[in-house]
Amino acid sequence: MIRDLRTFSRRHLPLLLLAAAAVTLTGCFDHSLYPQSTLSPKGDYAEMVDSLFQTTVWYATVVFILVEGGLLWAIYKFRGKPDDAEPKQVHGSTTVEIIWTIIPALVLAVVAVPTVKTIFDTAKVPTASPDGSQPLKVEVIGHQWWWEFRYPELGITTANQLHVPIGRTVDLRMKTVDVLHSFWIPQFAGKRDVFPNRETRLWFTAKATGEYPGACAEFCGIQHGRMDFYVMVNTPEEFTAWVAQRQADSTLAPTGLPKAPAPAATDSVGVATVPVAADTAAPVVLAAADPKVAEGQALFSAKGCIGCHSLNSVGAPKGMLGPNLAGIGTRKMIAGGWLPNSDENLHRWIKTPQAVKEGVLMQVPEMTDAEVDALVAYLRTKQ
Amino acid sequence: MATTALEHTHVAKRSTLVEWLTTVDHKKIGILYGASAFLFFLIGGIEALIIRAQLARPDSTLVSPEFYNQLFTMHGTTMIFLGVMPLSAMFFNFFIPLLIGARDVAFPRLNAMSLWVFMLGGLFMNASFLLNAAPNGGWFGYAPLSSRQYSPGLNMDFWVIGLQILGIASLAAGVNFFTTILNMRARGMTLMRMPMFVWTTLITQILVLLSFPAITVALIMLMADRTYGSSFFSIGGGGDPMLWQHLFWVFGHPEVYILILPAFGIISEILPVFSRKPLFGYSAMVFSSAFIAFLGFGVWSHHMFSTGMGPLADTFFSLATMLIAIPTGVKIFNWIGTLWGGSLQFKTPMLFALGFIAMFIIGGLSGVMHSVAPADLQQTDTYFVVAHFHYVLFGGSIFALTAGAYYWWPKMFGTMLSETIGKWHFWLMLAGFNLTFFPMHFAGLLGMPRRIYAYPAGLGFEMFNVMATAGAFLLAFSILVFMYNMWVSARRGVPAPADPWGGATLEWTIPSPPQEWNFTDEPVVAERDPVWGMKRAAGVRTLPEPTRSSGQGIHLPGPSWWPLVVSVGILIFFIGFMVKKSWAFPFGPITIAGFLLTAIGIFKWAYEAPDANAPKH
Amino acid sequence: MSSATLAHDEAHEGHHTSLPIDNRKLAIWTFIGSECLFFATLISTFLIYKDNHPKGPGPKEIFEVGLVTAGTAVLLFSSFFVVMALNGAQEGNRKKMLGWLAATIFCGLFFLGMQVYEFNHFYHEGLGYTTNLFGTSFYTLTGFHGTHVAIGTLWLITVFKDAVKGNLPPAKALNLELAALYWHFVDVVWIIIFPVVYLMSLRS
Repeated sequence: MIRDLRTFSRRHLPLLLLAAAAVTLTGCFDHSLYPQSTLSPKGDYAEMVDSLFQTTVWYATVVFILVEGGLLWAIYKFRGKPDDAEPKQVHGSTTVEIIWTIIPALVLAVVAVPTVKTIFDTAKVPTASPDGSQPLKVEVIGHQWWWEFRYPELGITTANQLHVPIGRTVDLRMKTVDVLHSFWIPQFAGKRDVFPNRETRLWFTAKATGEYPGACAEFCGIQHGRMDFYVMVNTPEEFTAWVAQRQADSTLAPTGLPKAPAPAATDSVGVATVPVAADTAAPVVLAAADPKVAEGQALFSAKGCIGCHSLNSVGAPKGMLGPNLAGIGTRKMIAGGWLPNSDENLHRWIKTPQAVKEGVLMQVPEMTDAEVDALVAYLRTKQ
Repeated sequence: MATTALEHTHVAKRSTLVEWLTTVDHKKIGILYGASAFLFFLIGGIEALIIRAQLARPDSTLVSPEFYNQLFTMHGTTMIFLGVMPLSAMFFNFFIPLLIGARDVAFPRLNAMSLWVFMLGGLFMNASFLLNAAPNGGWFGYAPLSSRQYSPGLNMDFWVIGLQILGIASLAAGVNFFTTILNMRARGMTLMRMPMFVWTTLITQILVLLSFPAITVALIMLMADRTYGSSFFSIGGGGDPMLWQHLFWVFGHPEVYILILPAFGIISEILPVFSRKPLFGYSAMVFSSAFIAFLGFGVWSHHMFSTGMGPLADTFFSLATMLIAIPTGVKIFNWIGTLWGGSLQFKTPMLFALGFIAMFIIGGLSGVMHSVAPADLQQTDTYFVVAHFHYVLFGGSIFALTAGAYYWWPKMFGTMLSETIGKWHFWLMLAGFNLTFFPMHFAGLLGMPRRIYAYPAGLGFEMFNVMATAGAFLLAFSILVFMYNMWVSARRGVPAPADPWGGATLEWTIPSPPQEWNFTDEPVVAERDPVWGMKRAAGVRTLPEPTRSSGQGIHLPGPSWWPLVVSVGILIFFIGFMVKKSWAFPFGPITIAGFLLTAIGIFKWAYEAPDANAPKH
Repeated sequence: MSSATLAHDEAHEGHHTSLPIDNRKLAIWTFIGSECLFFATLISTFLIYKDNHPKGPGPKEIFEVGLVTAGTAVLLFSSFFVVMALNGAQEGNRKKMLGWLAATIFCGLFFLGMQVYEFNHFYHEGLGYTTNLFGTSFYTLTGFHGTHVAIGTLWLITVFKDAVKGNLPPAKALNLELAALYWHFVDVVWIIIFPVVYLMSLRS
C-alpha cells in the first residue's frame, strides 16, 4: 500500500488538492446556522477585522501545508529499519538556517503591515458615519450579570437589548460598576473589556437589519455564562419609533427631546415582536385597563421590584441594581439576554430567580402564582 | 548474551516510607515528582471530563454554575502548576545530573524541599474541594473579581496561598538547577557540548527566576487586599485592576515558555536517537531557545489586547509576538532537518515526538493568528484560544512529556514499556486529542465564548461540543491505556538494558536503573553526543552492558528530615493568613507557629552536614 | 587579588566545579538576581501609587528624611564593615573578624530600629497600612526590605556565634562571604529605595 503511495498521489493529485481546499473552505459555513459567528460580519469594523483574519488564515494554511507536509513527507521518505546502515551524520547548514529564518520573517512582515494598519484604523472612533450622519453615542455599563445601555443624546436607558439604526455609526463608551466584563457583538466588532475606573471605547456601523446575539466575554463570576445580550439593528423608521416609545415611557415629562406620537396600547410595536418558542404559548397582552394589570402595577411597588428596577426609560437613575424594564413586554430575551421572553419563563424568573439563574442578585419575597401572573400581565403591557 | 550482564543487577531493595520521606537522592525525588504530578494530572483530567460532560448539550444542568467555575479554575491551575511543571521537574530531577555526568544536584536537600513544598501546596489547593470552596475565579484570578468584595469566600484564598506556596518550590528549584547545570558538568562538557535538554532546562530555570517574582508580588498584593483591606487592585481605595493584569502576565507569558521549553528539549533528545543522526543545527537550537526566552519577557500584553491599551501598545505587542514566531519556526525546521536523511525508527518515544511536532505546528500557527491584534479581538476569550493553548500545551508539552516517559522509563525503572500497548496509546491519544480540540477552533470563531457553564441552543455550537466531548472521553481512555502499560511493565516488564535505544548521551552508559551514585567513575567528555563518540571510537553500535559496582569510596549526601520539616512549616505559615486576625496582631498564632517551625528547620538544616546521615562506604 | 585566588581554591577544595566559583556562592548570586526582580516589582508598584493619597498623609507631610538619611548612612557603612570582617576571617585574624562583624550587626539593628520607629511614628501620624495607597505601597516595599535586613542580621548573628566558638577558620570564610553578599544586596536595594521613595518625594 505504501509502496503505491507515490503513484497514488501523483495520479490523484487534483483530487487531493480539492480535498485540501474543501477542508480549508469548511470555514465557509451556512452562516444562518451561526448567528453569533465572527466569520460573517455585518458591520464595517468586523469586516475590517475579518478581511485581515482571512489574509492571515491563507498564509497560515499555506505554511501549514508546506511545513506539516514536509514533516509527513520526511516521515514517509526516511522511514528506516533497525539494521539500516548509519545515515549521513549531518550536523547542520548555515545557509539553510539563514533561509528558513528569513522566509518566515518575510511572511510575518507581510502579515504585519495590514495588521498595523487595521490596528490604527479600528482604534479611532469615526467622527461621522459612512452616510455622513452623526455617530450615535451609547453608554454601555456592565453589571453582574446584565448589560445597561444609555443613550445620552436621546435621554433614554434600556438593558440587555441594544437598538441601533442601520448605517449609523454607534460610538460605544463603556464601563462596569463591579467586576471586569467584556462586550462582544461578533457580527459587528471585536470585543472590548470594561473597567470600573476608566472608560473604554468601541464602535461599529451595522450594514444589515436583524437581531444579533452577543455575549459577555470576560469571566465575571458565577453567572458569566448567562450574561448575553441582543443587538437589534432597525431601519431608521423602526429606530425612531422605538426611541419615541422609550421617551414616552416616562412619568417624567421629557424636556427638549424630539416629540413622537405615543403609540396606542394595542398598536403593534413595529420592532421585533416577542419571539415565541415553538412549544410555549404566545404571550398574552392585556389591555391597560384590565384589573390584573392594575394588580400587577400595585405589586410592582408593594413587592419591592421598584427598588431595583426602573420602568422609566427617561431619567432612569444611574446605579440601579437591576435592569431597566421599559419595554420588557416585547424584549426578545429576559434574565440577561438568554431566556426566551415567554409568559412561562417570565413567571418562573420572577417567582424563583435563583432556580433560573443561581447566584443572581435579584431578591424576591414570597409570592403566590396569581400574584406573579399579575406582575407578568403588568410587565407585558410595557411595550 | 544480553541477559548475562543483567543477572548482575542489584537486588531491588524496596525503600521504606522513611527513606522516601527523607531522601535527597535526585532520582527518588524525580520519581516522587512524577508520581504526584501524574496523580494531579488525573485529577485535572477528571475536572476536564466533567466540564466536557456539562458542555455536551446546550443549556445543560449537569453541574451547578458555581461548581463549573471551580472545575475550570482548578483544571487550569492544576494542569499548569501541578501537572506540566512537576512532570517536567520529574525529568529535570532524574536526568539533569545524569546528562551532565554528575552524582546529584548542587543542593540535594533544597531539592527535596522543593518537592515537598510542591506536594503539600498541591494537596492544600485540592483540599479546598472538601470544603466546597475550591478556587473559582479562573486560573488567572483577575481583579476585581478576585477581591474580597466579589469573592468573599475562602475559594480565592486557597488559590492565592496555594500558588504562593508553589512559587517557593519553583524558585528553590530554579536556584538549584541553574547552579547545578552551570557548575557541575563533567570535565570537558563545555556549554556548547551540553545535551539540548540541559540547555532548555537551564533557560527554563532562568525564566522561573526572573518571572516568578512578578507573580509573587502580585499574590502578596492580592492577599493584602483580601486579608488586610488594602486597595492595590480595588478602585474603592484608588487601586487599578489593570495592575493585576500587567503583573500577572509579565509572569504569565514567560510561564508558558517555562511549560514548553523542557518539551522542546525532550524532543531534541529523542529525534536524533530515533533518526540515527545528530540534531540538525545545534547552535541554532541553543540560540533560538535563548532568544525565545528573552523575547518572552516582551510580549505579555498580547493577553490584554481587548483591554483597550491604545494602538501603539497593541502594535508593539503584536509585532513582538510575531517576532517570537521566527525562532520557534526555526526550531521546527531544525527538527524536520534532523529527520531528513535519517533512518527513522518508529518506536513509541519517536511516535510521540513526531506527534508533538505535528500538533505544535498547528498550535503555533493559531498562536500567530492571535498575534494579529485586531483579529485577536474576535478570538480571545473564545474557544479559539482554548484550542490554541491546548494544542501547544497538550499537543506540545504533554505529548513531549509522554515521549520522554517512554524514552526514559527503561532507565528510571529498569523495565521496558510495551511497544504494542504504546502504539495503541499513541494513536488513541492522537485521535482523541484532535477530536477534542480541533472543533474548538470552529466553535470559537463561530462565537462561543470561553469559561461559560452553559450555552444556549440555536447558536450552532452543539455539533462542535459533542465532538469535543466524545474526543475528551477517547483521550481519557488513551490515558487508561498508558496506565495499563505502566502497570504491565511494573509487574512483568522486560528487563531493560543500559542502552535500549542506541542513545547519544551519558545516561545510557550506566545501568538501568542507575545505582545511587550514578557514575562509578566521573565521566570525561570530549564532544557533543559523547556516547555516540565512544561507540564510534570503539567501532560498536552498542557499548557493553555496564556492570554494577560496590560504590566503594564514593561519598554521597545523606538523607534528612529538615526539608520536609521546613516544607510543613511553610504550609502552616501560609495557612495562618486564611484565619481571621485583628489588625493589632497582623500575624496570627498559626502564622507565627509556621514561621517558627520553618526557622527552626532552616537552622537545623544549616548546621547538619550534607553527609551527616549518609551510610558509611 | 587575594580573594579571587582564595575563591578559586575554595571552588576546587571539595569537588570540581565547571565555573571557578563555589556552588553556594553561585547560588546566592542567582538568588540575588531573582530578588532583584522581586524588589523591582515592588518599587514599580510604589512608583505607580506614590501620589495616591486623597486622604491621610502623603510623603511630604510624613517623611523624616533626616532620620532615614542617618539610617541609610549606617547601612552603607555596614557594608564596608562586613567587608573588613570578611577580610579578617580570610586572614585568620579573629579580633578583626569579630570586631567588624559586631559593628555590622549593630548597624543592622540600628537600621531596623529606625524602621520600627518610623513605622510606629507614621501610624500615629495617621498613616495606617490601608489609609491610602501611598502608605500601602510604602509599607509593603520598605516592610519587605526591612524583613530582608532582619533576616540578614539574624544570619550575621549566627555567623558571629560560629566565629566566637572558633568555627570560622579561613577555610570556612565562605560562610561569612555568603552572608556578606546577601548583606550587600540588601544594602544595594536600599540605595535604590532611598532616593526613589524618600528623596524623589521631596521635589514637586
